[in-house]
Amino acid sequence: MIRFRIIKREPLPGWAKIMIPIAAIIATLIFSAIPILLAGGQLWKSYFYLFYGALGTRYNLLETFVKASPLLLTGLAVAFAFRAKFWNIGAEGQLLAGALTATVLGVHMGSFPAAMVLPTIIIAGFLAGGIWASIPALLKTKLKVDDVVSTLLLNYVMIHIMGALLFGPLQQPGSSWPRSSAIIEAACYPILVARSRFHMGILISFAAVLIIWLVNKKTIFGYRSKAVGINIRAAHFGGINTTAVILWTALISGGLAGMAGVGELCALQYRLIMDISPGYGYSGIVIAMLGNLHPVGVLFSSLFFSIIIVGAQTMSRMTGVPTYIAEVIQGMALMVMLIFLLFTEYKIRVIRK
Amino acid sequence: MSEILNIAFISGLIGATMRMATPIIFATLGEILAERSGVLNLGIEGIMLMGAMTGFLFTFSTGSIWFGVFAAACVGMLLGLLMALLSVNLGLSQHVSGLGITLFATGLAMFIYRLHFGSPTVPPIIEPFKQVALPVLSRIPLIGPALFTQYSLTYIAWLLVPAMSILLYKTNIGLKIRTVGENPAGADTVGVNVTLTRTLCLVAGGALMGIGGGFLTLAHQNMFLIDVIGGRGWVAIAMVIFGNWDPLKGTIGALIFGFLDGLQLRLQSVGLVIPFHIFLMIPYLLTIVALIGVSRRAAVPAGLLQPYRREEKGG
Repeated sequence: MIRFRIIKREPLPGWAKIMIPIAAIIATLIFSAIPILLAGGQLWKSYFYLFYGALGTRYNLLETFVKASPLLLTGLAVAFAFRAKFWNIGAEGQLLAGALTATVLGVHMGSFPAAMVLPTIIIAGFLAGGIWASIPALLKTKLKVDDVVSTLLLNYVMIHIMGALLFGPLQQPGSSWPRSSAIIEAACYPILVARSRFHMGILISFAAVLIIWLVNKKTIFGYRSKAVGINIRAAHFGGINTTAVILWTALISGGLAGMAGVGELCALQYRLIMDISPGYGYSGIVIAMLGNLHPVGVLFSSLFFSIIIVGAQTMSRMTGVPTYIAEVIQGMALMVMLIFLLFTEYKIRVIRK
Repeated sequence: MSEILNIAFISGLIGATMRMATPIIFATLGEILAERSGVLNLGIEGIMLMGAMTGFLFTFSTGSIWFGVFAAACVGMLLGLLMALLSVNLGLSQHVSGLGITLFATGLAMFIYRLHFGSPTVPPIIEPFKQVALPVLSRIPLIGPALFTQYSLTYIAWLLVPAMSILLYKTNIGLKIRTVGENPAGADTVGVNVTLTRTLCLVAGGALMGIGGGFLTLAHQNMFLIDVIGGRGWVAIAMVIFGNWDPLKGTIGALIFGFLDGLQLRLQSVGLVIPFHIFLMIPYLLTIVALIGVSRRAAVPAGLLQPYRREEKGG
């Protein structure tokens, strides 16, 4: 009888850490053939349009960066929280909190000096997301409420807060749709590349990668946050105020997600609608895992995801494969990556009896 | 007049409570089974959506609604098996595997639906379950008609609650499941197959989650909408904690949630002044409040979240 055992292996060399995500992406693309073929798409044509649609033209290439921006921020948000084992599944709600705050300020700050408007909105959006995330962090540290459940449930609370406001005080006067008035011009992110939607928020999200990398690597807080993630009891006995660390982690994590909401509102939609986020907060979880919780990894996995999402549009138009293929590929990418990561630490031994 | 209105309102509310609680009861029981064996299955939301979609698709194609229920259970079992493969056999993080399954299953459900139905302007519908009045019981004055005129799946859910309690507390199998969940290494020592037990619990639990999802498209509504689950899987996870991993207490939680959900629906249909989104929010908000109340004395199965690998025993 043959049995399989999973046993620990010796640490892999450094190059393997870079090769494994690449191998996982290639494996995911191979597995994607199954749903593509099921949908009756021609394989090579589908793959071609997937990448051509995302990278092939100037506009689409820039559009891939536009899509990557919120994914990058929510991915960083989740990665930063997970690193400290604060299970923040609530990036979606925190994103909405940021977008909601940006709407309120963006509509009503007409009488303020124009130069003040955008910085205020960005800071307020960050804080809104951060404060929304610090609620489950408080519940976790003070009242031992499971953070997975509370962050998830708060997503739905935030969606309904948004709904109540969009059907109420925030609704555009005279409109019967759940949408807000447009924000003032001073509240809009500048477009940086002509004839495209490449906006300032994209630079902000790239800067966030650098900042989070610095925080993780070079600050005492980054060290403490990691220590809490590895072993909260040991961190506590080592003299770290774990409650404060988790709270600050939540604040930064939620803040990043809130910035994603600000970006979507002030650079793309200009007014709040119910569909402001097509689940960026949830995609952020996959992106964070795919990037192995490392800021640079998150950068690459968010780019990979935006290629899939933008490319799937063109692929769908040209081959008839539903655009939801993008979500299927995302889910598969996560599982493949998990399995690949497992085999960086473990190997399968075949035992014959 | 107002008295009649009140009776109509209250009996409507009782009926709605039972209806809205049914999918949560199924999902909560499925999750309790998984968690009692030591696996937190966060794939629940996705499994329910796949159950809802598959149940609808099979009923639409075959015309047999019970075949749809069967298909929903099967797809739940398959996804439960996938969860077992990732989190039990490979020992991956339960949080991440579960969320991965939810994301994968959500994408897959929408993908398959689109593939089969395209993007119609009017969503396709099926002939849903009809409510069945239980003889004698449904003639009890006041509460009888409302309480005992329900969908067959609701009655099945009621029967499953004591069945699950008996399974967990009164049978040898239940003892094995609980031992695996509390102390996997100990269970292994006395000859219980930890991997197999957890796998079977995830598969059976997945079936219940799938049926819970199926209820929403086969009885509660007669069509499939993308947001049909609307966080009910996560509510079930909360109800497991609220009910302290006990089938009966978890069901009470599900009934409270069903009551709030039903109240919200009834108030919407009566026409109200407060924005209905506030009412939609209440069940989620109160679930969080309830969790605050119970979390400090929660009796979490000690082996929950712990992958079990023989080689690392005691490590």
